Amino acid sequence: MNGNAFSLSQLGTLIRGSAVYRSIVRHGAADTNRNRSLVIFENLFLHVHPVKVREKTLKFSHTYWLGGITVSAMVVLIATGILLMFYYHPSVPQAYRDMKELKFVVDNGVFYRNLHRWAAHLMVLGAMLHMARVFYHRAYRPPRQFNWVIGVVLLLVTLLLSYTGYLLPWDQLAFWGVSVGTNMAKEAPILGPPIRFLLLGGNIVSENALLRFYVLHCVLLPASLIGLLGVHIWRVRKDGGVQGPPEPPADDEVEP
Amino acid sequence: MSQPMPPLRVVESNDPVAVPKRVALVRPDARATLRRVEERWVMTYPNLILREVICFQVVVVALSIIALLFNAPLEGIANPLETPNPSKAPWYFLGLQELLHYFPPVVAGVVFPGLVVVALVVIPYAKINLSARPLWSGDKARTRNWVGGAAGFLAVFFALFGCWPIVVPTLLIGAAMFSVYGGGQEGRLRRFLVSVTLPEWIMTWFILVATVLTLIGTFFRGPGWSLVWPWNMYPPA
Repeated sequence: MNGNAFSLSQLGTLIRGSAVYRSIVRHGAADTNRNRSLVIFENLFLHVHPVKVREKTLKFSHTYWLGGITVSAMVVLIATGILLMFYYHPSVPQAYRDMKELKFVVDNGVFYRNLHRWAAHLMVLGAMLHMARVFYHRAYRPPRQFNWVIGVVLLLVTLLLSYTGYLLPWDQLAFWGVSVGTNMAKEAPILGPPIRFLLLGGNIVSENALLRFYVLHCVLLPASLIGLLGVHIWRVRKDGGVQGPPEPPADDEVEP
Repeated sequence: MSQPMPPLRVVESNDPVAVPKRVALVRPDARATLRRVEERWVMTYPNLILREVICFQVVVVALSIIALLFNAPLEGIANPLETPNPSKAPWYFLGLQELLHYFPPVVAGVVFPGLVVVALVVIPYAKINLSARPLWSGDKARTRNWVGGAAGFLAVFFALFGCWPIVVPTLLIGAAMFSVYGGGQEGRLRRFLVSVTLPEWIMTWFILVATVLTLIGTFFRGPGWSLVWPWNMYPPA
C-alpha cells in the first residue's frame, strides 16, 4: 500500500467516526457482539428480528427459505408495481392501450410487466409452500397458534392481491378470468350478491369494477399485507424464533 | 460417599434471599427427563441478515431471467360479447373451477372454499393437531374404524358425484394409511409411514387433492370444460 494513499478501510473508519454518522447510527462498527446486537435493535426495520437466532434454523433445508422467498417476491412486486403505476390508467379502453404502450413504447416496459407477473405467481406459490412447510414442522403449536392464523389471512390477502391485479390489463384473459370468479361469489347465500355488487360497482365486470380493483390492488390490499406481514414476522421473534423441527416423542411417550 | 447426606429440612418461606432453593415435585405420570438439549445460538447480524440479502438477490436474478425469456400473456381487448371457450380463472382458482364441473356453484364456490379456510384457521386450536402421536399408536381397533369409516365415506360421497379426481387420491391415501396397519417396522419406507400422524395424513390428502384438481383444471380442460390433452386445449377454429 502506498504510504500517502488513503485505504478504503481507513475511509470507512473515518466516516464511521464522524459526528454526522454517529448521530444517525449510534453504534460503531459491527466488530463486537455488543455492536452486532445494536445493529438489530437500534434499527426500526431490523428489530422485528431477535438479536440471536438458533444456528440450525439457518440451514437451507430447515425452511427452504420459503418465507424469505415470498417476502422477496413481494418486494419485487412493490418496486415493479410502482413503476407500472406511472404508465397505467384504470379506465376502458385506456388500460388495455397502456399494456400495448408498455410493450412497444416504454423503455423496459415489457420487462417490468413480465417481472411483475412472474413475481406474483412466485409469491402465491411461495406462500402456499411456506404454509405446507410450517405445517409439517408442526410450527403452529403453542405459542405460535395465532401467528398461523395471521399466516392464513396473509395467504388470503395474497390471493386477493393477485386476483385484483389479474383484471387490470383489461384483455380477454383478465375479463373472463374475473367474470368466472365473481360469478362464483354470487352463489353465496344472502351475502354473495351484495358483496359482488360492492366489489364490481355494478352487476357485471365493467369500468367501475376496473377502478375498484385498481384501488384495492394498489392501496387497500398492499397496505393490509404490509401491516399484517410486520405483525407476522414480529411475532416469530416474540414466540421464540423460527421453530425447530418436531422432536421425536420421548421414550416414555411411545406407547407399548 | 463417605459422609451421609444431612436429612432434608422443609422450610416454608417467601423470602428468596433467606431460602433460595426451589423444590420441584414430579408426579409419577409426568415426564422428568430433559427433552430439549442446549442449542447453539448465533448473532442475527450478520448470520441471518446476510442470508436474507442473498435470498433476495437470488430471487431477483431468477425472476429477471424468467422475465427476459418469457412474456406475460396479453390477449385481445376485453369483449363482454365474445366468451372464450374455455374461459378460465387464474391457476390458483382452477381447482375450484374444476369442482364446479361436479358440484352446484354454491357448493364448489362457497361451501368448499369456506370449509378449507375454516379448517386451516382451526388447525392450531384442534387437540388432534397438538399431539404428535403416530396414527396407529393408540387404540388400533378404534382408529381403524374411524379412519376407515371416514375414508370410505369420503370416497363414496365423491364417487356419487362422479368426482374421480378426489376419489382416487382419497383411496390412495387410505391405502397408504392402512399399509402399515399390521405392525412391523422393517424397511425405511415402512418406518416412515408408521411415524406419520393423523393430521399429517389429512394435510397430505388435502394437498394431493388440491394439486390433482388444479393440474386437471389447468392442463386437461378444453372447450366446454371437456377433457383434452394440454396440446389440444385451443383447437384451431
